[in-house]
Amino acid sequence: MNGVHDMGGMHGLGPVQYERNEPVFHAPWEGRAFALNLAAAAWRKWSLDALRHQIELIPAADYLRMSYYEKWLTAVTERLVQSGLVTRAEVESGQPARGSSKATPPLTAAQVPAMLRSGALASRNVSVQPNFHAGQRVRARNINPVGHTRLPRYARGKLGIVDRDHGVYVFPDAIAHSADENPQHLYSVRFTARELWGDHASPRDSVYLDLWDDYLEPA
Amino acid sequence: MGASSHGHDHDHDHQVVPSDPALRVKALESLLTEKGLVDPKALDALIDKYERQVGPRNGARVVARAWVDPSYKQRLFEDATAAIGELGYGAAQGEHMVVVENTAQVHNLVVCTLCSCYPWSVLGLPPVWYKSAPYRSRAVIDPRGVLREFGLQLADETEIRVWDSTAEIRYLVLPERPAGSESLDETELAALVTRDSMVGVATVAMPARGAGA
Repeated sequence: MNGVHDMGGMHGLGPVQYERNEPVFHAPWEGRAFALNLAAAAWRKWSLDALRHQIELIPAADYLRMSYYEKWLTAVTERLVQSGLVTRAEVESGQPARGSSKATPPLTAAQVPAMLRSGALASRNVSVQPNFHAGQRVRARNINPVGHTRLPRYARGKLGIVDRDHGVYVFPDAIAHSADENPQHLYSVRFTARELWGDHASPRDSVYLDLWDDYLEPA
Repeated sequence: MGASSHGHDHDHDHQVVPSDPALRVKALESLLTEKGLVDPKALDALIDKYERQVGPRNGARVVARAWVDPSYKQRLFEDATAAIGELGYGAAQGEHMVVVENTAQVHNLVVCTLCSCYPWSVLGLPPVWYKSAPYRSRAVIDPRGVLREFGLQLADETEIRVWDSTAEIRYLVLPERPAGSESLDETELAALVTRDSMVGVATVAMPARGAGA
């Protein structure tokens, strides 16, 4: 979706605010919001891209105003409701519905180290033909999907060169909205700064984006 | 607190945003715990991991090893995920690592314009500035200006490569080993390596020698 989250190349968002000796969490609630997200995701009711998309759906003015973990909290609450793990009435009251059953958490403290050790692979060990190869000229498609996509607006329609083929990965535009992974080749594609931003950009600079087959066409 | 402090009524049906996230997260945790959906001790364990164990010291050890061991550096470029795994670091948000090398000619900078993708396994959780609109919007269109704000003035001849983390590939910058560090051992070198240098918004410097030097 062409949301405010897709902000690469925008002007007017201010200078970078740097904090020295920044703590990992600025308040205890940030840590709880962070951990709640990971623990709730262990139910495997939604993909990481579905959560990202939920954040993208936060109204633009709220998105820019809210702190990072406030956005996480808002998005995970919405995913919990939409997945049916909780009801909106339960969220509003803070109490389980009368007579609701008690589940067993899928993630215990003892399982945390193993979960973080193994992670979750986005690559897929399936045979899919690549449409492109390293060194090939490609154009990022001019697409404007209303759902989740990882093709930023600033690269759409631009010419690049495939730098490397990362292999086969699940397709975010698919898994954000369904269980269909639509695995396909993912490439690192190099765009010159001048192609992206025009002649005032440095002739030496470039931006590399990781882009899937469906985002690209031969050029 | 709650709706009354929010300034206007939310009677429309978009995601409702009460004002106090601390109260909201407390209520949500309590609900999920009551329903057996999360284990609060698992939350404690996750927070402890990222507050105390997983952080930029991991990445600093990777960098220092690459500086002193050419064969490790080679493995890092061939399969960064495996080479980082050799040092015992977990995979979460570092399942698919790529290491890019800063040299006298090339400077690499990492950003996630769409959200906040960051190599947790080697750098821990990202700082606020990395997740902020100013950095995300400007790193791709004005990397030299952003770097100047970080105090890093690059020569016009230096090539800048910006890596926008649009997929699950996570990027770690291998900074240049500072001149004058030849006598330092791996542990001493690791102590010099900062988080910012591994994102690409800083270089690694030798500590100033003695007071007033």
